[in-house]
Amino acid sequence: MTASPNLMSNILTILIFLPLAGAFVLFFLPKENGRAIKHFTLLVTLVEFVLSVPVLLNFDGATAAMQFTQKVPWIPQFGIGYNVGVDGISLWLLMLTTFIMPIAILSTYAAVEKHVKEFMIFMLLLEVGMVGVFLAIDLFLFYIFWELVLIPMYFLIGVWGGERRIYAAVKFFIYTFVGSVLMLVAILALYFYNYKVTGVYTTELSALYNLNIPVKMQFWMFLAFGLAFAFKVPMFPFHTWLPDAHVEAPTAGSVILAAVLLKMGTYGFLRLAMPLFPVATFDLMPFVTGLAVIGIIYGALVAMVQKDIKKLVAYSSVSHLGFVMLGLFALNLQGIEGGILQMINHGISTGALFLGVGIIYERSHTRQISDFGGIAKIVPLFTLTFMLVTFSSIGLPGLNGFVGEFLIMLGAFKTSPIAVVFAASGVIFAAVYMLWMCQRVLFGKLTNAHKLHLTDMNFREIAYMAPLVLFIFWIGVYPDPFLRKMDATVNAYVQQIHAKHQSALAASPAGETLLARYFDVRK
Amino acid sequence: MIAIPFDSSQVMQGIASIAPEAILVCTAITVLMADLFLAEDGKWLLCWLSLAGVLAALGEVYLLGSSRIVGFSGMITSDGFGMFFSTVVLSACALVLLMATGWSERAGTQKGEFYSLILMSTTGMLIMAKGTDLMTIFLGLETLSIPIYVLVGFQRSRMTAIEGALKYFLLGAFGAAFMLYGMALIYAATGTTKIPVLVYMSVGGGMAGSSLFLAGMGLLLVGFAFKVSLFPFHMWTPDAYEGAPTLVTAFMSAAVKAAAFAALVRVAMLLFPGVSPAIGPVLWVLAVLTMTVGNISALGQNNVKRILAYSSIAHAGYIMVGLVAGDLLGSQAALFYLLVYAFMNIGAFGVLMLISQKEDDGYDIHNLRGIGFKYPVLGALLTLFLVSLAGIPPTGGFIGKFYLFSAAVKNGYIWLAILGVLNSAASIYYYLRIVVYMYFMTPEGEVVTPHTPPFGYALALCACAAVVLVLGMIPGAVLTMAEQSVLSLLM
Repeated sequence: MTASPNLMSNILTILIFLPLAGAFVLFFLPKENGRAIKHFTLLVTLVEFVLSVPVLLNFDGATAAMQFTQKVPWIPQFGIGYNVGVDGISLWLLMLTTFIMPIAILSTYAAVEKHVKEFMIFMLLLEVGMVGVFLAIDLFLFYIFWELVLIPMYFLIGVWGGERRIYAAVKFFIYTFVGSVLMLVAILALYFYNYKVTGVYTTELSALYNLNIPVKMQFWMFLAFGLAFAFKVPMFPFHTWLPDAHVEAPTAGSVILAAVLLKMGTYGFLRLAMPLFPVATFDLMPFVTGLAVIGIIYGALVAMVQKDIKKLVAYSSVSHLGFVMLGLFALNLQGIEGGILQMINHGISTGALFLGVGIIYERSHTRQISDFGGIAKIVPLFTLTFMLVTFSSIGLPGLNGFVGEFLIMLGAFKTSPIAVVFAASGVIFAAVYMLWMCQRVLFGKLTNAHKLHLTDMNFREIAYMAPLVLFIFWIGVYPDPFLRKMDATVNAYVQQIHAKHQSALAASPAGETLLARYFDVRK
Repeated sequence: MIAIPFDSSQVMQGIASIAPEAILVCTAITVLMADLFLAEDGKWLLCWLSLAGVLAALGEVYLLGSSRIVGFSGMITSDGFGMFFSTVVLSACALVLLMATGWSERAGTQKGEFYSLILMSTTGMLIMAKGTDLMTIFLGLETLSIPIYVLVGFQRSRMTAIEGALKYFLLGAFGAAFMLYGMALIYAATGTTKIPVLVYMSVGGGMAGSSLFLAGMGLLLVGFAFKVSLFPFHMWTPDAYEGAPTLVTAFMSAAVKAAAFAALVRVAMLLFPGVSPAIGPVLWVLAVLTMTVGNISALGQNNVKRILAYSSIAHAGYIMVGLVAGDLLGSQAALFYLLVYAFMNIGAFGVLMLISQKEDDGYDIHNLRGIGFKYPVLGALLTLFLVSLAGIPPTGGFIGKFYLFSAAVKNGYIWLAILGVLNSAASIYYYLRIVVYMYFMTPEGEVVTPHTPPFGYALALCACAAVVLVLGMIPGAVLTMAEQSVLSLLM
């Protein structure tokens, strides 16, 4: 594919600001014609997706360097720049975002009736923040986009959500905000430390990666960054906002929340917390891995007893994101690639699950498992799709979930075999709660048929489910192209983080305990 | 003692140094006179006349520029620092007057004395910001305060107005007395009230051993604390803010705070380093308590004006963080923050004024139900101002907080920064609560119909929004301005 060089050199900036331009135009459109507004937003997100494809096609998988970079001084007084770029880690997350957006918009055609214009403005603003987070390679810029995501999501939950939407929206906002403000202090501390060492004020990530931060400082900064990301992922025990937010959010909001927003947390670990603070990362690895495993099992067990399908899917996210964290903190090639792939997989399958729940909720206005039963007879196509997505979510071989989970466990087994033993039980639990739910909802004796008003998926719904199903198969059968694009970056990443860890500890006495290293507690 | 030479060029220089103030005073008197001769339906001219005076003064400030003009043998100095604060105060004044055009009829403030008081008070603020002698600062403080006491109680038929004015007056008088007594003690210890001389004497801890001097500095700080409403001297704030006509509340919260902080920053930058071991921890504690008390008290309020009053206390606490940091960066951050704060707060009050039908009950948070979707522009504006007050990007409020907390971190006050950001996280709750009412709550019965803003009013709101956004996205120019004005302070 050939694209004009001028377009390609600005492509990331265009990707970030196109939705903003779309939102701006929407603001001035008359609000009466909801249909036209939906079409317009769909068009914007589709154009955004089409524009992101050349990034994928022209992405050079053989280099670990940032590509399509752009660097413009922004607040020169502080050394803050508008620096964007994409590498093997962020590439697929960018693609996931631009891919899932039109699908989410398409899902709102029947669901969102009130305040359509405002809804679409917030969706587009959300996309600005999400794309920006994945493309920013300047710490300050990252933080701006990171926070930018909060407000649109807050509105999406608070205005278009369910019964307890206000509670859920405020909880979502305050939880994630508390996490991120501490990160802000750590960012400042890092910024001034860098100045002290190098004499240059900068927030450019490439410069900060080269710092050898004292181990004690690493510890506290890792905690501050980690807390922000752990809230977002969410890791056990910081996950309590998630079920509320998911259950109350409108379908499109849930889809975006699950598919992309949660990935911002795992991406944050991968992009910032781990490479900036390698010693703390290695030292806290057992701790994070432990929380990840607890999350996997706890999420699965709680999901098992849910009565509300959406809440069940929400808790399954806690479990699945535990897998991602497990993979990332294996700190080896398989683990990290598996983790990244699983982020994509989770985005696709859980996104599809929420869409599925949305489809039957729009018709029946209930999400209680007990209200359904045997609906396979009246909605066969829906049943087929939903089962397929379920299989993908529980990691059936041949579908995408399997590849990711397998790689994660392969990677994690090298570093913490015991964790993998426990995590593997999570896979079994996942099969239990998902299949049990499907059995009660889809199969068995048809009850309540007259009350549910169910009809099978219409053309629009098939249209947005089909691409997701396509990728479920594609990644499941032939994940190679997906993995090859990230190989170079992840390889270099793993090497660098190990090397930095080694060199930082060169001066430390062998067998130094963590208490001695971080708190000067010696016997 | 420094001899005072009589020299006509010195006099001319003195007059030049207070040219903007002179313009304001002349305008104030003109307005008062014009009020006598104008017919009732011509009173609208008064507002425009005052506005013209303020803009002329602003123009004069820029004509004088940031070059250093010492007037009246060092009593007052026109320099970059004064220019920055003159800009903040005069912009705040201009915004409020712009809002008053076409609004005063409704608020019952269409009177010559109203404008004249605002102008007089603004004059005091400029003097306070530019004063390089403790006596000048006190003179400025009184000149700004007395008109404000009157303005708070301007709508004298309202109980809350009288209560607020009386409280403000009594506590303000106390504060002024404390400050004056502090100045007297400083004079007793050093024999001078000139700040440059005091700096010379106290530099390197030269006066740190003098308990008289320390006590004087402490009382001076108390005086300032009253004016900028630091804990525990903040008690008057909610009542005065609630009682004052909202236009005046907006003016007070932005301009009075800026002027008082201007003098405080000057004193803090120049005199506190000499007594820093004694005064540093006090400032630290004041900053933390002020923001915490402000934020916690705001959580339970149902009157939006009171919410913003407590929020203004919390913001004084944030600004104190810059003073605790005590270096150039901290002061620059405080300056920048005061500028942003003026625009976002006036903007927020401006929108609320349109929505509320009347004073007092009109500001009940329940009146905001359903406003957001029915009046999208007003809703979006108020949301923008609140988001900025909460310190969320991409607004000026965020850059301001980032700047303040970075000064704290740079100087090793990590805990102060952590407490600061946690406070700002807590403040999210009450700012968002307003948004919840505007957008998330379904209205019970009719949605309140806001007034349609007259042209000037709409212009002022747009200006506030534009400044808040520009400072959030391209703050470079103003950062440089803040930097240079603090540097000019040290010359």
